[in-house]
Order: sequence, then structure tokens, then C-alpha cells
Amino acid sequence: MRYLVRRLGFFVLTLWAALTLNFFIPRLMPGSPVDALRTRTHNRLSQDALEQLLASFGFKPNANLLQQYLDYLGDMFTGHWGVSIGASLGQPITQIIAQALPWTVGLVGVATVIAFVLGTLIGAVAGWRRGGVLDSILPTVFVITSALPYFWVALLLILFFSVWTGGWLPHDFNYDSTIVPGWTPEFIGSVLVHAILPAATIIVTAVGGWILTMRNNMIATLSEDYVRMARAKGLSDWKIMTGYAARNAILPNLSGFAMSLGFVVSGAILVEYVFNYPGLGYLLYNAVQNTDYPLMQVLFLLFTAAVLVAVLICDFAIVALDPRARATS
Amino acid sequence: MSIVTATVTAETVAVPARRRGGFWHSLARNPKAVVGVVIFLLFTVMAVWPGLFTSVSDPNALEFMPSEQPSGDHLLGTTALGQDIWAQLVFGARQSLVIAVVAGGCATVLSVLVGVTAAYLGGIVDDILSLLTNAILVIPAFPLIIIFAKYAGQGGLPVILAVLVFTGWSYGANQLRAQALSLRSRDFLEAARVRGERRSYIILAEVLPNLASLIVANFLGAALYSVLTAAGLQFLGLGDPNSVSWGTMLYWSQNQQALQTGMPLWSIAPGLCVALLGASFALVNYAFDEISSPALRPVRRHRVRRSRQRTDRG
Repeated sequence: MRYLVRRLGFFVLTLWAALTLNFFIPRLMPGSPVDALRTRTHNRLSQDALEQLLASFGFKPNANLLQQYLDYLGDMFTGHWGVSIGASLGQPITQIIAQALPWTVGLVGVATVIAFVLGTLIGAVAGWRRGGVLDSILPTVFVITSALPYFWVALLLILFFSVWTGGWLPHDFNYDSTIVPGWTPEFIGSVLVHAILPAATIIVTAVGGWILTMRNNMIATLSEDYVRMARAKGLSDWKIMTGYAARNAILPNLSGFAMSLGFVVSGAILVEYVFNYPGLGYLLYNAVQNTDYPLMQVLFLLFTAAVLVAVLICDFAIVALDPRARATS
Repeated sequence: MSIVTATVTAETVAVPARRRGGFWHSLARNPKAVVGVVIFLLFTVMAVWPGLFTSVSDPNALEFMPSEQPSGDHLLGTTALGQDIWAQLVFGARQSLVIAVVAGGCATVLSVLVGVTAAYLGGIVDDILSLLTNAILVIPAFPLIIIFAKYAGQGGLPVILAVLVFTGWSYGANQLRAQALSLRSRDFLEAARVRGERRSYIILAEVLPNLASLIVANFLGAALYSVLTAAGLQFLGLGDPNSVSWGTMLYWSQNQQALQTGMPLWSIAPGLCVALLGASFALVNYAFDEISSPALRPVRRHRVRRSRQRTDRG
């Protein structure tokens, strides 16, 4: 119980820290939102009108800082996230995010899960066949792939599968813009085809880490006494590998997986940028380019909250799954 | 059967590692480590004496015919702006290495300070420092870096170094704290305390040497993180667009649609350099693990956690 209270405390404190960081960074750094907004509206609005517009999303440059801070905290929690002052001037931020979120969760989420499952399977087999062909080449290959820059892999894939092959696979946007969105086979096919290259980029760079850790865990688990006992009992190799070794070897990886699921929401900014994929990561990039302060604030808050929630759920799950965690807490 | 092979290989790797000086010997015999070190040294020579590799003295000057294909004069051709690609690559090594060594080094120093202090002092200091470490660890680093770089203006080198250190230390601090905690109750530290040694002596002469291999591993990890993140940041155009670096080359090549206009080398070559430098750190780091892991059990547990570091990159 004490453990759970501690974790909840951590959750609240970190969320507060992120919110505060979010509030003070724009106010401490050079360049003000008023200036940014003035350039965006091409000097056509008066100073008063600008400040009024800013006030509507929580920037009251003349108000007391503490009052601003409290208002800001309240607005963030009640979902009063204001309107964009960037490319889509005046559009409510909740609406902008609702448009981008499904694309990111669909692309990055699915790719993350595929990378984890694939990496765990390959790693388990490699660790089981210690000293085999697979085991001797895999570590070197995947140490290198897991150190590759995401965006460079993306550029290579575009070069091979799109530019040199005369446009086999599309490398731009999330669907063919000549097709009307809807639940038609044509549209769904277009979405899937457009997702292949960005998803492949994420899988190629992410799978290595899972393979290496799973292989190492597997090797550690195989020298445990319970595996020896399973052998002594004369169980089949398959049963020992899946039911005894892999099952325990995967445990330390689960918290890492939970965290990477939390990071799904922040999207793969560089990948979405290279492929012009209109997800949350690309949205953040555009918000930064257009000095769209309100949108930046909300996105950063959302990204942090997603990771925190994932970590919290994982903490709870560990208490439920692992009796040792309950005992030591 | 597999148990036997597993323990046998573990033993053969572990035994030389235990002998005095044997560690460097086994590092030199590990092919991954050798390849990594050779790549790193090659880039170091490039960074220190670029004149050995190219006759061009100002790689950013627009002094050649634009968009030339590779030839004897221009090994990798020229950019759409009229610069020699090979010369830019050679001169770009310097900034990437500076970022790797300075940002990686500062982040490591910070994580040693925070991690060891937290573990050694314990109590309320430990609680506060651990909270801080864990908070920084879960805040998404890449989005934060992008926002920082934007607010701080087109980020020059100091801005980039500062944000890399700020976001890069927490992972190592967590690891070092855990390792230092496990040392705290060992007999040799107890003996030093009974002898009446000063705290500073105990930390510097007794605790730190025992953390040395973990500190080196952390430096390699932080350096890898710094190189990749800085390149990503510059690629997005959030670095100084006039600097000479691989990330900036990638930015300009993307800006000029190099892939689509038949000049793939312009964007593939600098990316390959970033990848090679990153791979050199990763290879040495993994070789380190391979050599020291069977002897030092906690390291294996740490390696498990290391997978988290990858997940938070954009």
C-alpha cells in the first residue's frame, strides 16, 4: 500500500513539475507571444486586440504572475486549452489535437507493438540457441541498428522504395489526397500503403533494443535452478523455452514496454516530419515553427501525461503480478 | 545442454576480465570494441586535422559549380548550393565529436554527482534527488529539447550542449545511485569508516573506483544520445543553419529536396557519418558489457533497464 501511495505521489509531483516547466519556459525565454502573434497577423491588429486575443488563451502579460499561474493550472485541468495562434489561427486546440491523435496512435502505436513482439520473439530464440548462427551475428547487427538515427533510416527507405523504384511506395502524407476519406476499401488501402515506410522506419530502429535485452535476459534465466528442474522433469524443449525461460525473461522488459507505449503519444517527431505524416509529433514541429505557444504548451503537457499514466499503470500492474513487489513495499 | 554452453562461455569471458590489466587485454581482443575504437579514432583525426583529407579550406563557401556528380575533383560531388560535399563531411566531424565528448562528459559528471550523493547521504537528500532524477527521466526529452531550442533562438552550439546535458544526465544518475547503494553496505567501506577516513576520501578513493566501469558505460551511452539528438535537432532546422556539421548538411539537403532531385549522396553521406559515429559508441559499450557482465552481476540487471533510454527519443 505504501508503495502505491509513493507512486501516486510521484505521479502528481511530476505532473506538477511538467506543468510548471511548461508555464515558465515561454515566460523566461526571449521573444514574446505578442510579437509572434503580431507577425502572424501581419501587423493588422492593434496592440489592444492582440492582447485581448492572447488573454483568451491565458496569456495576460499584465496580470500578476501568480494569478496567471493559478489560472493556467486551472485551465489545463478543466480542458480550457484555448485556440491556436499558429498556422490554423483561431481553431480550438482540442479540435486540432483530436484530428492528429488517431494518426499518431495508429501509426506509432502499432509500429511500437510490432517491434516489441518481433524483438521479443527473435531475442528469445537467439538466447535459447546460445552460440548458434543466429546468436553470433544478431548482437552485432542490432547493436548497430539501434544506434542508427531514425530520420536517416527514413531517408534511406524513401530512396530505395520510392525514389529509385519510381514511386513503389508513397512517402508523403497519410493518404492519397485525391481519395475521399471514408470507410471505403480504397481509402483504407491508401492509408495502409502510406503507413508502410514510416512504420518500417520505427520498427527497424526500435526492434534491436528489444532483441538484445530479451536475449540477455533469456541467457540469465536459462542458468536458473527452475529451468534445470524443468529439464530434470523431462519436459519438452518447447515447453521449457516458452513456459519457463521466456516467461520469466520477459518480465523486466514489460516496464520498458509500458514506458514506450507512453511515448507513443509524443509520436516519432523526426519520422513524422520526414514523411509529412500529420500526427501529434508533426503538429509539435509545426507549432514550434510558427511559435504557436498555446498549442506547444498543450502538446507538451499531453506527452508528459501520457508517459506518466503509462508508468503509473505499469506500477499498479507490477504490484498485481509480482508478489515480490508487494512484499518489499 | 544449453545451460552448459551458457555457463562455459560466461566463464571463458569472465576469467581474463578478473586478472589485473586483463580487462584492456580482453577489450583489445573483442572485435566489436576494436571496430568501434577504430571508427572513433578515424573521426578524431578528421576533426583535428581536416587538412589531411581535403584541400578545401572553407567548406561553406559557395565556390564550385552546383549539383555536380561525384568526380575526381569532388569525391562525392557538390551540393545544390555549390559546396564540396566531401569537404563538408570532413569539417563536420569536429562539431559532432565536440558534442559527443562535451555533452556526454558533462552529463556523466552530473549523473555521478547526483547519483553518488543520493546513495551516499541517503535519507531526505536521497528522496529529493531521486524524485528529481525520475521526474526528468519520464518527461519526454525530444519535444522538450525542440521547445527549448526554439525559445532560445536558432540554437548555437552552447544552447544545444546545454539542453543535451539537462536532458541526458538522469538515466545515468539512476543507474549510479542503484550501484552505489549496493556498495554502501560492503565490508571494505565499513572498514574505511571504522579507520576514521573522511567522507570525501571514502567517496573519491573507495566508492568511485568501484563505479568506474559503469561510469564509462554511461559516458558512452550519453555520448551516443547526444550525437543522435543533436543531429536530429539540426536536421529539423533548429540548429545554427550556418554551422559546419553533419546535422546542418542534412537540413540543407532536405531543404533542397536532394533525394528527389537526383543527389542522394548529399543527404545519405552525412547521415551515414552520424550513424557510424553512433555505432562506434554503441559497439564499444556493448563490448564493455560482454566483458564485464558475467563477473559483475548487477551490470546485467542494469543492461536490462538500458532499453528504456532508446524509447524516449523522437
